[in-house]
Amino acid sequence: MSLSELYQDVILDHNRRPRRYGQPGEDYASAEGTNPLCGDSVTVFVRTEDDRIADIRFVGSGCAISTASASLMAEAVAGKTVAEAMALFQHVHDAAMGAAEPDEAMLGEVAAICGVREFPARVKCATLAWHTLKEAIAEAGK
Amino acid sequence: MVPAHRGTALSDLGLRQEFPLLAARPELHFLDTAASAQKPRVVLEAEREFYSERYANIHRGAYSLSVEATDAYEGARARVATFLNAAPREVVFVRGATEAINLVAHSFPGGWREGDEIVLTEMEHHANIVPWQLAAQRSGLVIRVVPVTQDGRLELEALDRILGPRTRLVAVGHISNALGTLNPVEQIIRRAREVGAMVLVDGAQSVPGRKVDLAELDPDFFVFSGHKTYGPTGIGVLVGRNDVLPKMPPYQGGGDMIAKVSFEGTTFKLPPGRFEAGTPNIAGAVGLARALDFLEEIGLDKIEAHETALAKEARSRLLRLGGVTVYGPEDVQSGIVSFNVAGVHPHDMATVLDQQGVAIRAGHHCCQPLWHRYGVPGSARASFGLYNTMADVEALIEGVQVAQRLFA
Repeated sequence: MSLSELYQDVILDHNRRPRRYGQPGEDYASAEGTNPLCGDSVTVFVRTEDDRIADIRFVGSGCAISTASASLMAEAVAGKTVAEAMALFQHVHDAAMGAAEPDEAMLGEVAAICGVREFPARVKCATLAWHTLKEAIAEAGK
Repeated sequence: MVPAHRGTALSDLGLRQEFPLLAARPELHFLDTAASAQKPRVVLEAEREFYSERYANIHRGAYSLSVEATDAYEGARARVATFLNAAPREVVFVRGATEAINLVAHSFPGGWREGDEIVLTEMEHHANIVPWQLAAQRSGLVIRVVPVTQDGRLELEALDRILGPRTRLVAVGHISNALGTLNPVEQIIRRAREVGAMVLVDGAQSVPGRKVDLAELDPDFFVFSGHKTYGPTGIGVLVGRNDVLPKMPPYQGGGDMIAKVSFEGTTFKLPPGRFEAGTPNIAGAVGLARALDFLEEIGLDKIEAHETALAKEARSRLLRLGGVTVYGPEDVQSGIVSFNVAGVHPHDMATVLDQQGVAIRAGHHCCQPLWHRYGVPGSARASFGLYNTMADVEALIEGVQVAQRLFA
């Protein structure tokens, strides 16, 4: 386990320039996720059309891992169906926890956040945005 | 003694080998003593010796072993009392500073009345905020807050405005766990007395690293935790003045805290026994007493000078790196250094440092209102204990530079 596996260039880049960052208009469903242990927070906004995530944005404050994870997630699930996004969530979750080998083909750039599997103290940083996405989608379905 | 490093006579007390964990991990730079201190061999030995040679339940003295155990427990109480210059009957054993504060909030002398005011400060630990909020919700109390200046001190002028006839209690940290600030508790006690309010001083960060004389300071309540004082976990102390504790109702009910029990009515022991329901952490008290011996054998003044010297060096070298914000007063008064590096979140800093063998705390340090005031989510915090040396400062600075390069 080394720092360069955790802080891959993709992570550092998405931390410096988070994609899809910012608060959108009123027609988005949202959910806020927090990690009370460290104080990290992220709010995920989704706009769904039929069963598809038509747009996704996020705001929040957190470490490089949680910021990059939110940014990579937003890029990855935009345009996907809810079922596809949830399948991706499940795989990211399992791979980050070390319960499954990361499937690079399925994950693409998102694979970078699975570097946390060697850093148990940081797994929650990587999964916070994803759990919040799940809640935001549930809100959108209400 | 290990030779003095870099010309600073107090930069190494030569005590690392007295701590089995540190001796077994020579590569570890442990800089999180403010969260919990490592344990010296003598404390581990005292607990082991007590369990293997003198253990029985206390205050049930029909047999001599129980008398011996009781003597050990009450001896520990007397040890805490002499350490702080208080009387044994003023010393209540609890689980830690948190429980001590909850006890006072629950059993406040004379009870709470709606509209009573409690004064806290913006730099308090959550343990000195939340118990008061719970009491406030139950009894309709008002919580008022003394703000913190940009350089991490209390705004004492604001305290004068806040104190008034409705103030029942001022609860303040002796040393801030997040900033390292030594608060002017003598002045605060004097001003609180002028309006007839009581004062609770949270000594969780002061007792492990400086001489505290409660006869001189004279707060109504003083609390600290054993585990931050190089003692065991699960033991802590509430010191309540001998004219205050008897006015307080019990905190928890149970065995050992009663004078006489019947279904018609129960009467309670005098303090401190009244506040110690059930079998207490007997071995923890014995271990804590040994830890206090250990601190006195080294010398509290020496410990204070040593930790402050390390923190001072760390502070000035961090600032010299550039791009670093250090929180808390410029004249370092404790072993705590709290900082942020531009472009590096505290958690990432902690992970990078961990990879270099440097253990620090990152985040809000249970002081979220304080960080809200500074507009940041938290900080990285290095805290020095009596076993640290200038080599730990070196490792910290090198680790911070690794983080700066990584996130550049």
